[in-house]
Amino acid sequence: MSEVLVVAEHADGVVKKVTSELLTLARTLGEPSAVWIGPGYCDAAAATLGEFGAGKVYVADGAQYIDHPVAPRAEVLANLVSEHSPSAVLIASSADGKETAGRLAIKINSGVITDAIGISADRIATQSVFGGSTVVHSKVIKGTPIFTVRPNSTPPVPASTTLTRVDVTVPVSELAMKAKVTGRTVAQKDGRPDLAEAAIVVSGGRGVGAAEGFAVIEALADTLGAAVGASRAATDAGWYPHQYQVGQTGKTVSPQLYLANGISGAIQHRAGMQTSKTIVVVNKDSEAPLFELADFGVVGDLFKVVPQLTEEIKKRA
Amino acid sequence: MKIAVCVKQVPDTWAEKKLRGDDSTLDREAADGVMNELDEYAVEEALKLQEAHGGEITIVTMGPERAGETVRKALSMGADAAVHLVDDTLHGSDALATSYALATVLDGRDFDLIFFGSESTDARMSVVPAMVAERLGVAQLTFAQKVDVDGTSVTIQRVTDYGFETVVASLPAVVSVVEKINEPRYPSFKGIMAAKKKPVETLSTADAGLDGSRLGLAAAWTVVEDFAARPPKATGTIVTDDGDGGVKLAEFLAVQKFI
Repeated sequence: MSEVLVVAEHADGVVKKVTSELLTLARTLGEPSAVWIGPGYCDAAAATLGEFGAGKVYVADGAQYIDHPVAPRAEVLANLVSEHSPSAVLIASSADGKETAGRLAIKINSGVITDAIGISADRIATQSVFGGSTVVHSKVIKGTPIFTVRPNSTPPVPASTTLTRVDVTVPVSELAMKAKVTGRTVAQKDGRPDLAEAAIVVSGGRGVGAAEGFAVIEALADTLGAAVGASRAATDAGWYPHQYQVGQTGKTVSPQLYLANGISGAIQHRAGMQTSKTIVVVNKDSEAPLFELADFGVVGDLFKVVPQLTEEIKKRA
Repeated sequence: MKIAVCVKQVPDTWAEKKLRGDDSTLDREAADGVMNELDEYAVEEALKLQEAHGGEITIVTMGPERAGETVRKALSMGADAAVHLVDDTLHGSDALATSYALATVLDGRDFDLIFFGSESTDARMSVVPAMVAERLGVAQLTFAQKVDVDGTSVTIQRVTDYGFETVVASLPAVVSVVEKINEPRYPSFKGIMAAKKKPVETLSTADAGLDGSRLGLAAAWTVVEDFAARPPKATGTIVTDDGDGGVKLAEFLAVQKFI
């Protein structure tokens, strides 16, 4: 079986769920080896990687790999590709992940496919494009295929293996150090799951009416253990922070359950959530186009329906 | 300061998009072409820096002849000049070829800052700015929600999942911007009139010194096997709230085992 590199996404030494998903997917393509870039590698991280089938983990430990955006990660991966000739490289479809994939593609003369939602055993990627209206199958025909894969595309399935740690040291080039991270600002520690990875997302839009209106959205989200999202109308109005925007110019999410409240459903928004497994829509306008996507919809005032739903869930808990 | 802003003409953001049946590329005739929305923010940011620091702004685009409309729009917003790479051989170029072509056009023109929108609303890959930085060997400052230039250094706030990173580099640098950064101006009548007289340099791939074998659909390192419209979704259950909408919704979620 051939080796497949899976870049681990992690924060504070914790492996993100998307990495378990990518390892699960990689097992259908070959033998997954995880790649850990940056400081913080620990026993808990090793346990997660092993649990989901990584036979090896290449550890490039050091602040130099994350104190400069993207470029050092691409250098570490290019080095691993040239030394180990894997049959594919899998990276999470985050902003950093896609840029890393792009730079890596140039370095190793290989084709790259971004935002895959599936990869078959013969390495044909499935993408959902144009706001989910079109499904495309494509493949890389040059070099070592590089895929970035959207979170929530593959259900993670454990397959315990013995994980072997291989330390790697790749010198970071002067070029890659040209941009330097001098500070990290945490905008809001809300304790909710990551928007891109959350199994449930509760979103608010124009119908929420004001920043204060998001209190009912957050209350429902917290009852469900969900992440909070917002439409462009809401973030542009300054009612909710920009990083929570779901849509064409924001995040693309694909949760098990998406609850859209007061969102009419212009293509701008649909492009970011159309592939959600189950979609619930609450809107007082029965003509709102988002109802076309709804598995369940309530025509009504979100300020009545949403708090009632929150209370009902608490009652049933 | 010499600033380049790379812009792309895309199908209207609000229009439904389709792939062509013959070669599986984006059907650019099916919808009106507009400047990629995020590129307007890049043009605006360049104009603001020019107002504060002086200098010249050059718009750079590649695309068919009609992309000239997008060039005119950027010029009417206030940019000074433009370079338009137009050639039939560019059709179907992937991100690798696009970044090669743009980097080749940009190289040697001594730009201090090269702006991009952080993604195009058609392809949505968000990789071309990083690829151009890689090819040019200059600093990559992408996903900026704030840009400050001080002498020969540039500082941005790079949007991340948790908030933002402050990232600093010496000029020259590639910068991509998110829409939070500013509010793009509308072209004024005066601006529209003035744009008609501004210089637009039209280049073929040969003029730009590009290797044709690295461009276009035939040179792409990925290939589309097939595509299909997503089947329409079965109609869901829609109820009108008569005072128990929340309860009915909870019932649905319970049946679906979400609660």
